[in-house]
Amino acid sequence: MKTKRMITNAACYVLLTILSIIWVLPILFVILTSFREEGGSYKTYIWPKGFTLNNYKELVMGVNSKISGGTNIDFTRWFFNTLVIAIFSTLLSAFFVLCVSYVMSRLRFKMRKNFMNIAMILGMFPGFMSMIAVYYILKGLGLLETGTLKQLSLILVYSGGAGLGFYMAKGFFDTIPRSIDEAAYIDGASKWDTFIKITIPLSKPIITYTLLTSFMGPWVDYIFAKVIMGNDTKYYTIAIGLWTMLEKEYVDYYYTQFYAGCVLISIPIALVFLLSQRCYVEGVAGAVKG
Amino acid sequence: MGLFKRKALKYDKPRDESISQVFKKGDTMTRLSFFVFGLGNIVNKQVVRGIIFLALEILYFVYMIIFGIGALGDFITLGTAEQGQVYNEALGIYEYALGDNSMLCLLYGVITLVLTAAVVFLACMSGKSAYCTQVRKAKGQYIPTFRDDIRSLFEENLHAFLLALPIIGILIFTIVPLVFMILIAFTSYDHEHQPPGTLFSWVGLANFKSLIASSSSLATTFWPVLGWTLIWAVSATVSCYILGLLLALLINRKGTKAKGFWRFMFVLSVAVPQFVTLLTMRTIFNANGPVNVLLRDFGIIGATESIPFFTDPLLAKITIICINIWIGVPFTMLSTTGILQNIPADLYEAAKIDGASAPVIFRKITLPYMLFVMTPNLITSFTGNINNFNVIFLLSGGGPDSLEYYYAGKTDLLVTWLYKLTITQKDYNLGAVIGILVFIILATLSLLTYHRTGAYKDEGAFQ
Repeated sequence: MKTKRMITNAACYVLLTILSIIWVLPILFVILTSFREEGGSYKTYIWPKGFTLNNYKELVMGVNSKISGGTNIDFTRWFFNTLVIAIFSTLLSAFFVLCVSYVMSRLRFKMRKNFMNIAMILGMFPGFMSMIAVYYILKGLGLLETGTLKQLSLILVYSGGAGLGFYMAKGFFDTIPRSIDEAAYIDGASKWDTFIKITIPLSKPIITYTLLTSFMGPWVDYIFAKVIMGNDTKYYTIAIGLWTMLEKEYVDYYYTQFYAGCVLISIPIALVFLLSQRCYVEGVAGAVKG
Repeated sequence: MGLFKRKALKYDKPRDESISQVFKKGDTMTRLSFFVFGLGNIVNKQVVRGIIFLALEILYFVYMIIFGIGALGDFITLGTAEQGQVYNEALGIYEYALGDNSMLCLLYGVITLVLTAAVVFLACMSGKSAYCTQVRKAKGQYIPTFRDDIRSLFEENLHAFLLALPIIGILIFTIVPLVFMILIAFTSYDHEHQPPGTLFSWVGLANFKSLIASSSSLATTFWPVLGWTLIWAVSATVSCYILGLLLALLINRKGTKAKGFWRFMFVLSVAVPQFVTLLTMRTIFNANGPVNVLLRDFGIIGATESIPFFTDPLLAKITIICINIWIGVPFTMLSTTGILQNIPADLYEAAKIDGASAPVIFRKITLPYMLFVMTPNLITSFTGNINNFNVIFLLSGGGPDSLEYYYAGKTDLLVTWLYKLTITQKDYNLGAVIGILVFIILATLSLLTYHRTGAYKDEGAFQ
């Protein structure tokens, strides 16, 4: 019996090790290539011949004069573009989400059920089916004239429909006992006071979760950013910027820098993700633990 | 107690009547309020509220007279004057004349329709508000002032206050564009009819017909692409789910030590942004990428050979599904771990005492329990996979291209085809039709499956 268990355990460990290697190897490949000394794209070997920090340095400092037209690649600028867009769209969409989910969870009014059904139906259309229409509406509003306005419209696009994603936060608000609200009403608080002074402070995990998830959106979105920014490389976000570096005219020179950029971006995003996972677990667990 | 009484009296609302009831029971002023907004409020000393109603109505009519009526006319015809050269007799030369822009006609038409709908809603509100005041006056009750109205936004009308901005956002960025695109599905807005150069017009269901039931290259593209979309969605969802569940079980089993470490190894790949992993995978499986290099080094393939991971149609499909497993399994592992720990331990013990083997326990206890809890998740991930733009677009770009297809490759999903048709090919009407069809597929599938699941029918089965 004991030997049998040992064999099963050993088999499990072997399996887990193999699987972990499969899952870690590509990440290792990214990190190795980002430190690779030799330029150029594909090599006939995997382990780099030499290691260097230059890929990172050149990427951040913007030393890109080696090829013509390379000045379009401006990683630092893209980083801050994305950061600004992410911060504003996060604040806006978190505000929308909290408003809608609180209303849906706590207040009872005539159109409530209708609103929730409409939200579900709207969610079933492919997200970027309406992309072209959004593009023309923004153009009609004159929001695509300059690069800064384009950034504003990107913020609006990321946060405009955010109110539809209220399910998670609503589920959280549902777990806050109503008796707390009622106690506040008896003490003379208005519904607004209850929302601001009681529900919001009790909802830290879900607020953090909402903030973090909407913060990650702009860093990883490719489609909308590309459609709105077009060829305005100065105002690119990170995702389309990195994609540009893999295009045929750039790839030979920027291949290793591309991976350096990936590593640089992955670190903060990974931290934000791990943080949001913790909040997600707390959020699902509910507000008041019994 | 006194406080509550006064409050109750102050906000005593007449029963919520339907519009026809209000019209029947209301006096002349109330009835007129449906046409002259705010009239009933103004005559009953709710001046500010009445004036706001009235001002909105006047604004609407000014808009309609200056712009709206013309826009509605253009909406029906989608423009009549084609851009081109017009002979100017006075000067005796051909002049370049701007024609109508069908696309703008359609867009402004939609906006005008939405505004009109809002005004109809406003008319109902005005009528109801007038009726409310009329009833209060008849009963000799307190008539709320404008200040009371403002205060009510933080009290019994808080929902209106909080929802106003989000709903405006949803209207502008989701509903208006969606209505616009749905309407485009019924027009001839394709690469041959590009405003402002040429006009397009209403064509009814012709686009649906040519996509679904014609012998043109469109229909011969649509059905195979739909087939692959469904195969992809089913296999991607099922494979990620089952394998992720097994991985979670493997890590969570009693004998495994250092659970946190193993979990970390897999979570690492989740934390990297998806487009980074996808672009990396694309290079890894490239004709000269590391995988082919390794295979050459080991002598499995010749020194100049390479396995066409993304260029052979069948192999490309398999590669994509495998890469998707790489991406999806850690996600499933994360989300199932918590639920696995919630399965009552006595179920397992009872099974063990009865002498059940591990596979039997998995099939009879773990899987049913997990399916019960996670069916809604499975439906969401199935929907997500049907719309999984990123994986296909960033990995294979839909390729390898096919000559039999209409601007689609062998691994294109409906959504990536939609993208190509609209962005590259500018066949907006076809793109819109595909969007509508995807919606119909998703809506029916989720309704059917959701109503059949245990989680919906029998919420307490495992409690």
